[in-house]
Amino acid sequence: MQQVTEIRWHARGGQGAVTAAKMVAEVALSQDKYFQAFPEYGPERAGAPIVAFTRLSDEPIQIYSAIEHPDYVLVLDPTLLDVVDVTAGTSEGAVVIVNSEGACSELAGRPEMAGRKVYTAPATKIALETIKRAIPNTPLIGALAKVSGLFSLEGILEEVQTSLSKKFNEDVVNANLEAVKRGYEEVSDE
Amino acid sequence: MARKAITGNGAIALALKQVEPDVMAAYPITPQTEIAQNYAQFVANGDVVTEYIAVESEHSAMSAAIGSAAAGARTITATSSQGFALMWEMLFIAASLRLPITMPVITRALSGPINIHCDHSDSMGGRDCGWIQLYGEDAQEGYDNAIQAFRIAEHMDVRLPVMTMIDGFIISGAIGPVETLDDEQVKEFVGDYVAVNALLNVEKPVTVGAFDSLGGWYFEHKIAQNRAMENAMDVIEEVGREFGELFGREYAHFKTHEIEGADIVLVAIGSAAGNVKTMVDTLRGEGKKVGVLKVRTFRPFPTEQIREALSGAKVIGVMDRSDSFGAQGGPLFTEISSALYEAETQPQIYNFIYGLGGRDLFPDDIRGAVEMLEKAAAGETLAQQRHYLNVREG
Repeated sequence: MQQVTEIRWHARGGQGAVTAAKMVAEVALSQDKYFQAFPEYGPERAGAPIVAFTRLSDEPIQIYSAIEHPDYVLVLDPTLLDVVDVTAGTSEGAVVIVNSEGACSELAGRPEMAGRKVYTAPATKIALETIKRAIPNTPLIGALAKVSGLFSLEGILEEVQTSLSKKFNEDVVNANLEAVKRGYEEVSDE
Repeated sequence: MARKAITGNGAIALALKQVEPDVMAAYPITPQTEIAQNYAQFVANGDVVTEYIAVESEHSAMSAAIGSAAAGARTITATSSQGFALMWEMLFIAASLRLPITMPVITRALSGPINIHCDHSDSMGGRDCGWIQLYGEDAQEGYDNAIQAFRIAEHMDVRLPVMTMIDGFIISGAIGPVETLDDEQVKEFVGDYVAVNALLNVEKPVTVGAFDSLGGWYFEHKIAQNRAMENAMDVIEEVGREFGELFGREYAHFKTHEIEGADIVLVAIGSAAGNVKTMVDTLRGEGKKVGVLKVRTFRPFPTEQIREALSGAKVIGVMDRSDSFGAQGGPLFTEISSALYEAETQPQIYNFIYGLGGRDLFPDDIRGAVEMLEKAAAGETLAQQRHYLNVREG
């Protein structure tokens, strides 16, 4: 059976979860992997909880249903923890990365996190300090790279450089590169 | 050639851009898809010389496409869901005038209740309007089919409109890897457009769409349409083979996976065929003799070839993403059942309706269907022929 890595993104509309899922797909493209990125379709409103999915594999992916049992869960907004069951469908050992400035131990103590490997990264803080906007997606991609080892930091930086250079000036591109790097460095399980 | 991360909509819009037809007539508002939006952008950016006609409804979109094609222009449109339904009347006219219009359809549910998500109610409802229908599993097939559609539609033995389907949102909105061709490769493959009996050819004035009464040729005209459909059977294969020789991805009327020696064969169409194939691989790993047949050409329906392909199976499970109310089963089911009527040995056959209004089809749903079929293969006759997957009780 083929090995597929499944990632679920939880965010609020406007935080860039769909863009993040797409960027991970593009990193996979640049590394000749197979991938799928798709949102949970429905009315999209800024601020409302949304879900997006990414699948990655070394072989063609031919399953198109929503991801039920993700290996990685990324939470772009910590206030969602009280609104959405972010660990739904995960098995023990699944990785949960939360955008939070709080201590990891605090989150890991929540009942739904039992048995899950919990990490935090202060993604909003990083985003405010680098790109000057509260869009936590790029730091969390850095965090995902560090925790999962699915792709190298260099690979992501290269992709961010290529894809953002088409639309933004050098300052914006550099700020995003810095955001990814800091997400990579500052993600922690402590 | 290039490998791109692109949505199903984006891939199809790109295919159309690479063909660069003379005219696109499209209704630019929902339920339209990003295909029409992207194409409008190509026109606005000056990437294509296509004349873009933004019309006030899908009925008008198809009417304008008919006028344009009758005038002698290579013409496209695109639609989905309620838009397809609103085109209904004109779909028959495009086919009976033998206009080689091509149209990607992003398959989505029909209201009511109001629902925007994937199922095949729209295109399956149009299965008898005289258009050739090709269904794709993923964005790659959507892209490849959209290109091949021009060659099939414009073939002198065919001259029928062609619609190419991919699943709404599940494929149209998802980003996946797509191997795209170079613009020149696409243009060379589709070739120059040859108009037949063009209205704008003043050298040879013709009347198009005249009244054809009791003493006329209406009946014979319909027979000619059916003959064109029969001709399309070979043409679709020829074009698919040539596409494979040139670009490495060969297409036929359907594709099988693990059906050699399979007791149970599931027949599926659209993205679900991939879900089924993935589960078939899992079940084969467990030693179960299960296979899958993925239908690409639904009109004309490859009856004899499918009968032959399914000849070794004990039990067939047909997966339909639309229902046919009051009929024996969904559209694919009734087609497969008819095909098997003349088989030497008749397998048991069951219908699984799934995914209406975008309801997901999970691996366990397919496993559940196969477990039912295993009972049938063991000699039990199931109480019902039609089953529904992933539905709530009550």
